Amino acid sequence: MKLTLSKGRVIVHFVYAIISAAMLIPFLLVVSISISDDDLLNKDGYKWIPEKINLLGYQVMLKASSALVRAYGVTIVVTVIGTLLGLLLTTMLAYTISRRDFRYRGPVTFYIFFSMLFQAGIVPLYILMTQYLHLRNTIWALILPLLINPFYVMIMRGFLAKIPGEIIESVKMDGASEWRIFAQIVLPLSKPALVTIGLMLAFGYWNDWFYGLLLIDEQKLVPLQLLLYRNINAIEFLKGNPAVQRLGVDYSHLPTLSARMAMTILAAGPMMIVFPFFQKYFVSGLTVGALKE
Amino acid sequence: MNWMTRELKHLRKNKELILLSLPGLAYKFIFYYLPLVGLLIAFKNYRYDKGLFGSAWVGFEHFKFFFTSDVSWRVTRNTVLYNLSFIVLNTVIALALAVLMNELTKRWFKVHQTILFLPYFLSWVVVGYITSGFLDYEHGAVNTLIAKFGWNPVNWYQEASYWPFILILVELWKAVGFQTLVYYAGIVAIDPSYYEAARIDGATKWQMIRGITIPMLTPLIVILFILGVGGIFRADFGLFYYVPNDSSFLYPVSDVVDTYIIRTLRSIGDVGMSTAIGLYQSVVGLVCVVAANFIVRKINDENALW
Repeated sequence: MKLTLSKGRVIVHFVYAIISAAMLIPFLLVVSISISDDDLLNKDGYKWIPEKINLLGYQVMLKASSALVRAYGVTIVVTVIGTLLGLLLTTMLAYTISRRDFRYRGPVTFYIFFSMLFQAGIVPLYILMTQYLHLRNTIWALILPLLINPFYVMIMRGFLAKIPGEIIESVKMDGASEWRIFAQIVLPLSKPALVTIGLMLAFGYWNDWFYGLLLIDEQKLVPLQLLLYRNINAIEFLKGNPAVQRLGVDYSHLPTLSARMAMTILAAGPMMIVFPFFQKYFVSGLTVGALKE
Repeated sequence: MNWMTRELKHLRKNKELILLSLPGLAYKFIFYYLPLVGLLIAFKNYRYDKGLFGSAWVGFEHFKFFFTSDVSWRVTRNTVLYNLSFIVLNTVIALALAVLMNELTKRWFKVHQTILFLPYFLSWVVVGYITSGFLDYEHGAVNTLIAKFGWNPVNWYQEASYWPFILILVELWKAVGFQTLVYYAGIVAIDPSYYEAARIDGATKWQMIRGITIPMLTPLIVILFILGVGGIFRADFGLFYYVPNDSSFLYPVSDVVDTYIIRTLRSIGDVGMSTAIGLYQSVVGLVCVVAANFIVRKINDENALW
């Protein structure tokens, strides 16, 4: 990479600076509201720069809400189990159809691929989950529907297909079983793809509210995003909460506006912080071009 | 018999690989192929107490009812038009951004890539709240700004006319970073020797983009296009539900097939009807993707998805 910047390059950097700034504006607004003084928000409206910094919104959400802590717990459990299990199954499946010497590669690929093209829709799945598998109000209702995404299987297969056949062939000559090849040769070689697909699965689980909305009524199993949605109208559940009283907040004077945005940040934040650490794997992991044969 | 013994031998030889794929195949069978049987509900008057096979047949009643209502046209039109706009705008903008991204210095590349990608990882519930930060009638940032100019505040959640633009803008903001990265990964994979050769021949940057980058990316663009067309009847429920805050004033421009299905299921409780609409959505989607692939194959055999 040359150190001198041509005129064209300078323009490109300038254009990108403007685009990135525009992308960040919504984030700034929400952060600003969440740390603003509620009285001033009520009087002057939302602003990009807080007139007076007040963290009461966060304090109220963090200290007073046992529901929030519980929802974090549900979401973390669902995300961890779902991601690990989903990643394992996705990779196992993708590996077999990446092997050119697997006799049933064609039918298995079609079996997966067809589910990308045609879906039964949400209602039959809903009936299956509630009437036949009896998974309503269980943690599995949040985990199972998102476990294997055919799109991820195909991306993973494209990546695994690039592992040279000779490596696998030579280990097989030495008498290694397929399990060992998979666990000791294939998995270590596919770190970028594992991280990419693992993160996509994790974000999918962390951000899911849909299956919660359909299948969860019990308060103790409500995931984070669904809790955020349910509090859309009021921070009502804070009223009569002794912890709020201890903060010295007057009930008629709850910091609703800033607390709402504080909760938005608390629900989105952890993943935003995790993502940049794994980002470097994304470009090598995202070989969507290898989706087809 | 000979054939069977040979197949058994093959089965034995592939035993370990079959075992590796089995958990995934079983999962797919239960959570994908079994629900296909449930599509029968579309032709039945489903009752929870009678179950899938016990409920009475009603033939095409649900379809007749749906297609003779005004809603069918409204949700179909909205779904298709939004998805078409998303496909076209996302592709063009992401492609341009990916080409430009390739010209960034290493340090800035990382910064911009992160920023572009961030909204992709927000849930629609969160995006809904962010939108309300802008558009809230009383406190929203946009109305606050408007008031500064002395204009009247707009009741955004009741004015349908603005929403096609708002929804497209929100979708682009959230999705464009991912598409950009997919295209950028495609650009990185191009053999650098093409560019070397072009440089020696004295090609300009623009000529290289037009002559090398875009042609090399065409298969990828086409694949994403075919998949996009396959999903043209499938709307992103979260976008159309949370971002307009499920405001019924906005239904004329925000109601899509998916929001209508969930509304039919949850507030009316009509299981048969919502299955029927879902089936309509899936069948038309399949026809579209097969047609798109067929056309692509006619133009250039190599670019087709299958």
